[in-house]
Amino acid sequence: MRLLRQLRILTGVQYAYMLEYRAELYLWVLSGVMPFFLMGLWMEAGRLAAAAPAAALADPARFARYFLAVFLVRQITLVWVIYDVEDDVVKGRLSPQLLQPLNPFWRYLASHLGERLARLPFLAILTLGVFWLVPTSRFPWEPARLPVAAAMLAAAFLLRFVMQYCFAMLAFWTERANAIDDLSFLLYLFLSGFLAPLDLFPATVREFATWTPFPYLVYLPAELLAGAIPPGLGRGCLVMAAWLALFTALALLLWRRGLRRYSAMGA
Amino acid sequence: MPLIQVDHLSKTYRTAIKAPGWRNTLRHFFRRTWRDVPAVRDVSFAIESGEIVGFLGPNGAGKTTTLKMLTGLLFPTAGTAQVAGFTPFRRQHGFLRRITLVMGQKQQLIWDLPTLDSLRINAAIYELAEPEAARRTAELAELLGLGDKLKVPVRKLSLGERMKAELLAALLHRPDILFLDEPTLGLDVNAQAAVRDFLRAYNRQYGATILLTSHYMADIQALCPRVLLIHEGALCYDGSLDGIRRRFAPWREVKLELEHEAVAAELRPYGELSRVEGRTAELIVRREALTETVTRLLEAFAIRDFTITDPALETILARIFADGSLNPPK
Repeated sequence: MRLLRQLRILTGVQYAYMLEYRAELYLWVLSGVMPFFLMGLWMEAGRLAAAAPAAALADPARFARYFLAVFLVRQITLVWVIYDVEDDVVKGRLSPQLLQPLNPFWRYLASHLGERLARLPFLAILTLGVFWLVPTSRFPWEPARLPVAAAMLAAAFLLRFVMQYCFAMLAFWTERANAIDDLSFLLYLFLSGFLAPLDLFPATVREFATWTPFPYLVYLPAELLAGAIPPGLGRGCLVMAAWLALFTALALLLWRRGLRRYSAMGA
Repeated sequence: MPLIQVDHLSKTYRTAIKAPGWRNTLRHFFRRTWRDVPAVRDVSFAIESGEIVGFLGPNGAGKTTTLKMLTGLLFPTAGTAQVAGFTPFRRQHGFLRRITLVMGQKQQLIWDLPTLDSLRINAAIYELAEPEAARRTAELAELLGLGDKLKVPVRKLSLGERMKAELLAALLHRPDILFLDEPTLGLDVNAQAAVRDFLRAYNRQYGATILLTSHYMADIQALCPRVLLIHEGALCYDGSLDGIRRRFAPWREVKLELEHEAVAAELRPYGELSRVEGRTAELIVRREALTETVTRLLEAFAIRDFTITDPALETILARIFADGSLNPPK
């Protein structure tokens, strides 16, 4: 209850903070439009495949929905906590936070939540715009699936956040923790379903990917949002939960170790 | 038991040293060489509840490092510290609720939002109910003379107003142990005085214990009956401000205005001559020889006027810290 109130107020204030940056926020949203280029690409590919009798899986509208969903998932699960932590550790700004009876994790989380709230209206407008421009991209209206998709989105955000928080903890040991996170981004690009729906991948790659945390960051929530029930959803949820637990434990461990180092080196 | 008890506290930083140049960079990469830098050396003191203690020393003397160990940000290399019965480094919530650390050169307020928003966060973190937080905010704003400035974005406040707002935010949870590192840094004379008045009022009203560092002697003189002098990491004095004069400056300045031109050679036997100009001269005379010297001067010279003054504290401290001579001059 106490934490909820703290979180609510932190989020509210952060929301106000983000509204101070309306213009930048809009640019940030626009800078994530890469999926739209891919949407065009794959719609074309789908059309070509449809012309050829062998390619039964080709469905341009499916790509339209999928990549719009990818865009939304990426916007909603965007995380930059590693830059904040790195900056705070290097510049000593973590110190005043350590003197308050609240783990700084919650501050970083609230900062993301507040920003996300401020981003939502732009996203809604942009989505409606795409629905209008590319009618085939409209998601099927199934109210029953919405809460499932929303829960999956929230879980994807949390997993991405905790994963990056783990890498951020390396800032206690190296000044360039984000370089390590950049490496993981490569895996993210190929295994998350960001470039193409995962079911188009060769079976072995697909099978391998489902055991990594990446498909749960993009592919699974995007498919749900776009109106498909991806095969193996139940197992996916379990794998996702396992990764979440693992990264949470790792983050806790690194936080404790890192703090000891921070306070030995000069806070 | 004293509220703050520090025993043989030491902190040594390990820093990597690297010579410039490619070859040294490579060597540094494969085999690091380290150097131990002692920041605080075997410091012991005790502070009773309700005391205001000034912590003096030149830059790099170890003041901030000591404050960071007392607030739990730094782990000591050796020795122990107890604050209100807590071991600071464990940073238990019960401890954090009782202390605050204000650093003049660092800020915790959110730059682009009004102070009130930062205060709401602090109130939530310290679990203050909204009416109670509002009451405390009003009370502290009144003491600080902040008025309606709390609704203005922090970036639009003057330096003095910002410092006051920082103090308000740092004291909203009403800590009874205040660690203040240069709280008046960069403020003009009026703003400095306002912060001093506030700290005195806070100490009186809530019986708070205050340990503060400052480069401004006026802060120390106005607030601190007791001072700790730290030099190169070691504590070299613990006592009253007057005691510093007695211990480190057992001399006084005698200014003479003569009827005739002053002659250096004639005055020199009476003390250390610091200035001769026309009919005026200044002598530094050891305290115990003062009466006798003045009597002899009055007998030997036709004196129109003379004054005896204590050397300024700044002068004494600068002298101690500059040449490291902790022993009184002969």
